[in-house]
Amino acid sequence: MPDTLLFALEASLNGLTAGVMYALVALGFVLIFKASGIFNFAQGVLALFAALTLVGFQSGQIPFSHLINAMLGTRLHHFGWNMPTVLAIPATVLVMIGLAILVERFILKHLVNQEPIILFMATIGLAYFLEGFGDIMWGAEVKALDVGLPKGMSSAVDEATFAWFGYGFYIDRLEIWAAGIAAVLVAVLTVFSQYTKQGRALRAVADDHQAALSVGISLRFIWVLTWSIAGIVALVAGIMWGSKSGVQFSLSLIALKALPVLILGGFTSIPGAIVGGLIIGVGEKLFDFFMNPIIGGATENWFAYMLALIFLLFRPQGLFGERIIERV
Amino acid sequence: MLYREAGDYKTSYVADSQTFPIKFDRYGYYILLGFAFLVMPLIINDYWANSIVVPFLIYAIAALGLNILIGYCGQLSLGTGGFMAVGAYASYKMMTAFPDLNIIFVIIIAGMVTACVGVLFGLPSLRIKGFYLAVATLAAQFFLIWLFTRTAWFYNYSPTGMISAPTREIFGVPVTGPRASAVSMYMICLCFLVASAWLARNLTRGSLGRTWMAIRDMDIAAEIIGVNPLIAKLTAFAVSSFLVGISGALLFTVYLGAAEAGEAFGIDKSFLVLFMVIIGGLGSIFGAFAGAAFLIVGPVLLKLLLVNSLGWPTDLAAHLEIMIVGALIIVFLIVEPHGIAALWRTIKEKLRLWPFPY
Amino acid sequence: MKMTKLAATLAATMVVAGPTLADTLHFPSLSYRTGPFAAGGIPFADGYSDYLTLINERDGGIGGVPIRQTECETAYNTERGVECYQSIRNDNPLVLQPLSTGITYQLIPRTMEDGIPMHTMGYGRTSAVNGEVFNWTFNYPANYWDGASVIINYLLDENDGSLEGKKIALLYHNSAYGREPIPTLTRLGETHGYELVTIGVDSPGQEQGSQWLQIRRERPDYVVMWGWGVMNPTAIQEAANIRFPMENFIGVWWSGSQQDVRPVGSGAHGYKALAMHGTGMDYPIYDDMQQYVIDAGKYAGTGDEVGTVLYSRGMYAAMLAVEAAKKAQEIHGVAAITPAMMRDGMANLEITEELMAELGLPNFGPAFSVACENHGGSGAAMIQQWDAEAGEWNLITDWIEPDRDLIMEMAMDDSLAYAAENDITPACLN
Repeated sequence: MPDTLLFALEASLNGLTAGVMYALVALGFVLIFKASGIFNFAQGVLALFAALTLVGFQSGQIPFSHLINAMLGTRLHHFGWNMPTVLAIPATVLVMIGLAILVERFILKHLVNQEPIILFMATIGLAYFLEGFGDIMWGAEVKALDVGLPKGMSSAVDEATFAWFGYGFYIDRLEIWAAGIAAVLVAVLTVFSQYTKQGRALRAVADDHQAALSVGISLRFIWVLTWSIAGIVALVAGIMWGSKSGVQFSLSLIALKALPVLILGGFTSIPGAIVGGLIIGVGEKLFDFFMNPIIGGATENWFAYMLALIFLLFRPQGLFGERIIERV
Repeated sequence: MLYREAGDYKTSYVADSQTFPIKFDRYGYYILLGFAFLVMPLIINDYWANSIVVPFLIYAIAALGLNILIGYCGQLSLGTGGFMAVGAYASYKMMTAFPDLNIIFVIIIAGMVTACVGVLFGLPSLRIKGFYLAVATLAAQFFLIWLFTRTAWFYNYSPTGMISAPTREIFGVPVTGPRASAVSMYMICLCFLVASAWLARNLTRGSLGRTWMAIRDMDIAAEIIGVNPLIAKLTAFAVSSFLVGISGALLFTVYLGAAEAGEAFGIDKSFLVLFMVIIGGLGSIFGAFAGAAFLIVGPVLLKLLLVNSLGWPTDLAAHLEIMIVGALIIVFLIVEPHGIAALWRTIKEKLRLWPFPY
Repeated sequence: MKMTKLAATLAATMVVAGPTLADTLHFPSLSYRTGPFAAGGIPFADGYSDYLTLINERDGGIGGVPIRQTECETAYNTERGVECYQSIRNDNPLVLQPLSTGITYQLIPRTMEDGIPMHTMGYGRTSAVNGEVFNWTFNYPANYWDGASVIINYLLDENDGSLEGKKIALLYHNSAYGREPIPTLTRLGETHGYELVTIGVDSPGQEQGSQWLQIRRERPDYVVMWGWGVMNPTAIQEAANIRFPMENFIGVWWSGSQQDVRPVGSGAHGYKALAMHGTGMDYPIYDDMQQYVIDAGKYAGTGDEVGTVLYSRGMYAAMLAVEAAKKAQEIHGVAAITPAMMRDGMANLEITEELMAELGLPNFGPAFSVACENHGGSGAAMIQQWDAEAGEWNLITDWIEPDRDLIMEMAMDDSLAYAAENDITPACLN
C-alpha cells in the first residue's frame, strides 16, 4: 500500500478514537437537552468539577483549604490520607448527585416555563459559578489524575498493523478504553431509558412536559435525575480527558469540542452524539492530514464547526434530530 | 409627581413618535448628554477612563450591535469576538496602508468591512435556526481567529503576529497610541457610541426595524405577510456586524493599542457581549447600555472592594468574582428574565403613577 | 444598611486608590492565579513575593527602605492587564513584570510614555535588547532568540558540531509567544544545514493528536517545544505515547517545570528543557527563606510551590529587581528611589558570580552586565533533564552561550523597524 494511504488510514483510526472522546462530552449535553430542553452550557465545567473532586478525594485534599487559610490564618492542606479510586469514584458520584439536587432546587425550579434562551443563559451563569467554586474548593494548580487506566501506544495494534502493512499504526490505549467505556455507557443508558420505570418517565417528559405532568410524573424528580446522570457522564468525560492532560481549568473548554458534534448528530439523539463524534473526529484528522501542507495546521478548532455548518445547510435539524415542523 | 405625561400635549405626529415622549425623560436625556460631553471630560481621571469608562463605551457599541441581531431580529450569534477581530484587523490594515487617512474614516471603513463579512456568515441563517445557528456562528468565530493568526498578510508579516496601533491624531490631538490622553480616548469613544445609539434607535423604529421584529416574532408568518426574510436577516447581520466591527476597531486602536487575535478576540469575548445583551434586556437600546455597564463596572468594583478594601488574596478575590458574576446572572434570570431594561420599565410605570397608585 | 456600608467602603476605596507612600519601595506584581495559565502563574507569583518578603523580614527592606508589595490579578488577559497597569501607574511602581508576552506588547509603548521600567525575563519582545530604542524595557538575562540559539548550540555539541541533514520540528503555541523562535531557528537552519518543520498548536492545546501523528510521520531527529499552560503536559504525554525518545525532546524554559511533567508520570522521564537559572532547594538562601518567611507563615499562596522551577524563576526575577534597586540607590545616593532611578539601576546592573554566592544563590544564574546597547544580558542558559523516579530536574550542562552576534543583528533590524514605525530616535537615556 502506498504510504499516503497508510498515513491517512492511521489518521482516520485516530480520528475515530478522538471522536469517541468528543462524543463522551456531547452525551451529557444530549441527555439534558432531551429531558428538559435545556442547552446545558455548563457541561464542560461539570466535567472539570467532577474531575477536580475526584482528584481531591483521591489525594485527601481538604476542600476550601485556601479560603479557610486566608480567613483564619491556618495552614491546612491535606487530611493526610489517600482514598482508593474505588471509593473516590462513588464519592464523586454522590457529590454530582448533590450538585444536581442543588441545581434543581436553586435554579431550575425558578425557571420553569421560561424560553430556551433564558435557560441557556442560566447554565452559562452556572458554568461561571462552578468554575470559581471548583477553584476555591480544590485550588487552581494542575493535578495529575490516575485511575489506573493504561496510557500510551497500543503495542498490539502496532504489531498487528506492522505485520499486515509494514507500518505500525499508532493508537492510544486510553482512547481504546474510552471507546469501550462509551459503548458501555450508551448501553447502560439505553437499557435504563427503555426498561426501567424512571427511564420511561424520563422519555415521557422528553416527549411532552405537560402530558407527563398530567399523568403524575414528578417533573422535579426527573430533572434531578437527568442532571445526576449528566453529572455522572461528565465525570466519565472528566476522567478520560483528565487522564490525558491533567486536571486544570482548560478541561472545561472541551465543551467547545462537543458543540459541533451536537449539531451534526442532532441535540436529541444519543446515537447521533456518537456518530457525530466519529464523523467530526475522522473529518478533522483527515482534513489536517491532507490540508496541512497547503494551508498550515491547527485547523481542528474551526474545521469541526465548518463541517457542521455545511452539513446543516443540507439538513438543518442534524443527522438524527427530530424533523422540525413549523406551523404559523 | 414629576414623572408623568399629564399636561404634556402633543400637537403633531412627529412630536408623538419621538424617542422620549415624556418631558422628564427628554430633559434627563439632554442633561445626561450634556454631562457626558461637557462635564465628564473635566473630571475624569486616567484610572476611571482607562479601566471603566472607555471599555464600557466600547462594549456598549458591541452590545448595541448584537442586540439588533438577537434582540430585534431573533438570530442568535456567538461570533461577536470574531467580528470584532475583523474590525480590529481591518482598521490595522487601513492605518498602516494609508497613514494619512483620518482615524474616524478608518474606523467607519473597518465597520463596513465587518458588515460585509457579517453578511457572508449570516447567509446560513436563511436555513438554520435557533441553537443550531448559534453553533454555526461559532464557525465564524473560530475560522476568523484562525485566519488572522495564520495569515501573515493581516499582521504585516511581523514576526510575532501582534498588531499594534500607531499614533493617529484628530485636530492635532492624539487619540490612539500611547500618547493619547484619557480625555481624547473618552471623547472619540463617546462620539461613536452616541452616533451608534442614534443609528440603532432610528433603524429599529423604522420600517427596517419592523421587518426585523416580524422575523423575530415568527418568521414564517412574516414571510406570508410579505417580509422578505433574505433582506431582513441579512440587513440585520450587516447593521449588527457594522456596529460590532466599529467596537472591535475602537477596542484595538483606542483602548488596547496592541492585540493578538486569539487572545483579545477569543470566544469569551463573544460570550461577554452576549451576556451584556441578555442581562441588559433583549430588544432594548437602553438594555445594551445597562448590560455593558453591569458587566464592565461590576467586576472592577468587586475587585476594588475585595482586594483593595478587604485585603483578600487576589486569587480568592478573582475566583469569588466569577462566582458572583455567575450567581448574579442566575439571580437576574430568575428575578427578571427580560433584563435590566424590563426592570427599568417597571420602575417607570410605578413612577408614572406615583404617588397615587390607584 | 448593608448597602450603605458597601457603598461607603467602595467610596473609601475610590478615594484612597493609590496612596503615594514615599517611604516605601513599591514592587507591584501583575500575577495570574486564575484562568487557563494559572498553573504557571501561581508559583512564579509566589516566588516573586516570597523573595521580597524575605528582603523585608531579614534586611528590613532595601537600603533601609521597606518594600511594599501589591498584587493585581490579570488572569493572563490583556484587558485586565491594562486595568492593573492603570491602577498602579501613579503609585510609583518601580518595575513591572507582567509574565505575559501579550500584556508586555501592550505595556511597552505605555511604560515608555509614562517612564516606568519593565522587566520581561525570558519572555516579551526580544528586540527590546536594543536599549537605545526600548529605553524602559529590559529582558536580561536571556530572551527567546537566545533560547532557540542555545538549544541549537546544545544540539550541535551533542552531534559533534554538525546538524547537517538533521530534521528539527518546532512545536509551538500558536500565539505571539510561540512564534518568536521561528525566525531564529530558520536563520540558524540556513547556517547549520538542518531542516526545520514548524507545527502550530492552537491555544489552549489539550488536543494535539494531529500534531503528533504528523511528528510520527515526519520522524524528526529532535522536537523543540515552545509551549505554555496545558499544552506542555499534553505534548509530553503525546510524545510518551508515540514513544518519541524523550532525550530528543527539548522544551523552552516555559515548558520545563514540575507542573508540566508531573501529570505525565513516568512517561516524562528523560524530557529536557532549557533552564535560565538553577532549580531545587540546594541553595543557601533557602535556609533564610525557611527561617524568615516559611516558618514565620508569611509565605505567599499555599506555600507548597517552594523550590519548583517556576517558583525559582519568580524568586530570581525578584532578586534581579532588588539588585537593580540597590544599584539605583548607589548611583543616585537616595534610598527612596523613583521609577526613573530604578531604570538607571537596571540599565547599569552588574551580576557577578561573587554577588550570586553572596546572595546565597551560587551559580544560580549567569554572570552578566547590562548596558544601554544591550538590555538582554548574556543570553546563556543551561539544559535540565527530568528524572521521573526522583521527581526532580537535574542540570546536565553548564552555561551554554547563544549565537549572540546573529541575535543582536536580527534584534537590531526589528527594533529599528519599530523605532521607524513609532517615530523614536534611538538614543541612550544617560
